Amino acid sequence: MSVLVDADTRVVVQGITGGEGRFHTEQMLDYGTNVVAGAVPGKGGQEVDGVPVYDTVSRAVREEDADASVVFVPPAFAGDALFEALDAGVDLVVAITEGIPTQDMSRVYRRLGETDTYLIGPNCPGIITPGEAKLGILPGNIFSPGNVGLISRSGTLTYQIVDNLTKRGIGQSTAVGIGGDPIIGTDFIAALELFEADPATDAIVMCGEIGGEDEEEAAAYIGEQMETPVAGFIAGRTAPPGKRMGHAGAIVSGSGTGTAQSKIDALEAAGVPVGDTPEEVADSVESLL
Amino acid sequence: MRLHEYQAKRLFAKAGIPTPESAVARTVDEAVELADEIGYPVAIKAQVHVGGRGKAGGIELVDDAAEAREAAESILGMDLKGYRVEEVLVEEAVEFTDELYVGVTMDRNAGRPVAMVSTRGGVNIEEVAAEEPEAIAREHVDPAFGMFDFQARKAVSDAGIDREVASDVASVLTTLYDLWEEHDGADAEINPLMVADQAVVAADAVFNVDGDALFRQPDLAELEDETAGDELEAKANEYGFDYVRLEGNVGIIGNGAGLVMTTLDLVDHYGGEPANFLDVGGGAKADRIANALDMVFSDENVDAVVFNIFGGITRGDEVARGINQALGQFETIPKPVIVRLAGTNAEEGMEILDTSLVQVEETLEAAVQAAVAAAEEVTA
Repeated sequence: MSVLVDADTRVVVQGITGGEGRFHTEQMLDYGTNVVAGAVPGKGGQEVDGVPVYDTVSRAVREEDADASVVFVPPAFAGDALFEALDAGVDLVVAITEGIPTQDMSRVYRRLGETDTYLIGPNCPGIITPGEAKLGILPGNIFSPGNVGLISRSGTLTYQIVDNLTKRGIGQSTAVGIGGDPIIGTDFIAALELFEADPATDAIVMCGEIGGEDEEEAAAYIGEQMETPVAGFIAGRTAPPGKRMGHAGAIVSGSGTGTAQSKIDALEAAGVPVGDTPEEVADSVESLL
Repeated sequence: MRLHEYQAKRLFAKAGIPTPESAVARTVDEAVELADEIGYPVAIKAQVHVGGRGKAGGIELVDDAAEAREAAESILGMDLKGYRVEEVLVEEAVEFTDELYVGVTMDRNAGRPVAMVSTRGGVNIEEVAAEEPEAIAREHVDPAFGMFDFQARKAVSDAGIDREVASDVASVLTTLYDLWEEHDGADAEINPLMVADQAVVAADAVFNVDGDALFRQPDLAELEDETAGDELEAKANEYGFDYVRLEGNVGIIGNGAGLVMTTLDLVDHYGGEPANFLDVGGGAKADRIANALDMVFSDENVDAVVFNIFGGITRGDEVARGINQALGQFETIPKPVIVRLAGTNAEEGMEILDTSLVQVEETLEAAVQAAVAAAEEVTA
């Protein structure tokens, strides 16, 4: 068992003929991901690494039974690509693209609410079920199969935490990078719900960062509704207010919301141990298991 | 991306929002001439990307030509929180009975836009927002439809705006929302929206454009003023790095926002003080790595550098070559550099690294501790 993706997930890659799309399709195939199609307007009939390319996502779904999409489409066209994926009715859309205009994402988010599709991202590294499939750009070799679920707003921080876990022999059920943008599809609570329902996940690591109130809301959810133990980490304790720390969403607003401390306090109040360092997070996970 | 007040006012005025008569001056003579034309009293306002201009002496109200000259002389060329004032807005001073607030922004938690109105406009609106959030009426907008007229009326009514100006304020809010939507606004604000003689006028104007949408807002992109308050931040813009200068002495370079933030936090955790946030981004090649080192070396506050790369799409061997290349140019390394590579091609990278130039550590924690110790040694 796992969350959202496994060896049977049938993947269509939107933007498969671009540099990033091509490179990561090869990487996904190497990892064992079942990439069954690509979709690029005007490129139907071509092949990439033996994967057939279609002009539209709906045709890829019809011809190859794709049930998940990974989006490598450039930001100016990504909003449209996401609408197309939702229209085609896939169960899961993973949006890797960074820099999608916020108003486009607001419209996508609104449409998303009318569907049963899960959207991961945008501006995320993707999702991986170790040993089965990865959808996105995560480096497969650092992950190992196991029983710890991981949810993170940041790509490389995910790798760091996974590395700390893997080095102690703690494997992962599924790891989800939910993305660093202000508006994302699957937030912490939605991801936590999925892991809570997954019998293969015995503990969860949640890596948040400054900005927004997602972590605080997730803390309330954990305290009230979850049985699976959660360990936390929050990046950005030293970030000054009003400065954007790389991610569009990582900013402590002038009025003082979105600080690391408010997130740490909320998580600790919900019984979630929050590590000061990635090593301490691994310590917590070990003791929770 | 922020527009200057005068640029935002032009945008608002063109769309029909009442604004005071005003013009931009770059010299003292020009400012006095414009003030004479507009008629006293006038306000002379510094046009720089700095909050709290008034309190910092960047706005003056003057009653005659002599005062206008004096004010323009003091404001033009002044240093306002690190920014040099090159332009002033000369503007008709508006007499008012009330100061209102109207604004439009994206509510990230709701995933949709929100329009706001308050009777508590003026300099303290942020305090009002923090302490009495109920004093600001908020109306969420469905992005598929845009703002309905009734929503503007509802927000104005909920805010308790006087009947005499209610329809004017609603109309300003509707126009502001439409501008925000059409021009990919991040934040659009009028604070204060002054009430005088049963009419409203926008005495200040804020319009921030979503930087990710500039590709489709060419007219606004042209207005971008890249003047940064800090020399190093200007250099970072040039190199295309996400960079924030801080006050400590441990320089930090890494890849990925979350991991770089974590590296900063660890420096703090182990008793050091971070000098900067610098994210080289994904897939950085050797020359980009060299540029990053150049940036951090040119910060005179930096006493030691920690270089933390976890390769996903970034390759450890590329990073190692970049570090060797950058450091090979020096006869003596200006500041101690501690490197930690992990992930894709990290082992190859470690072998390539010239250990006569850098100290190599295997874990993030060890690398940060070594950098903090090295920085302490320099200051001691």
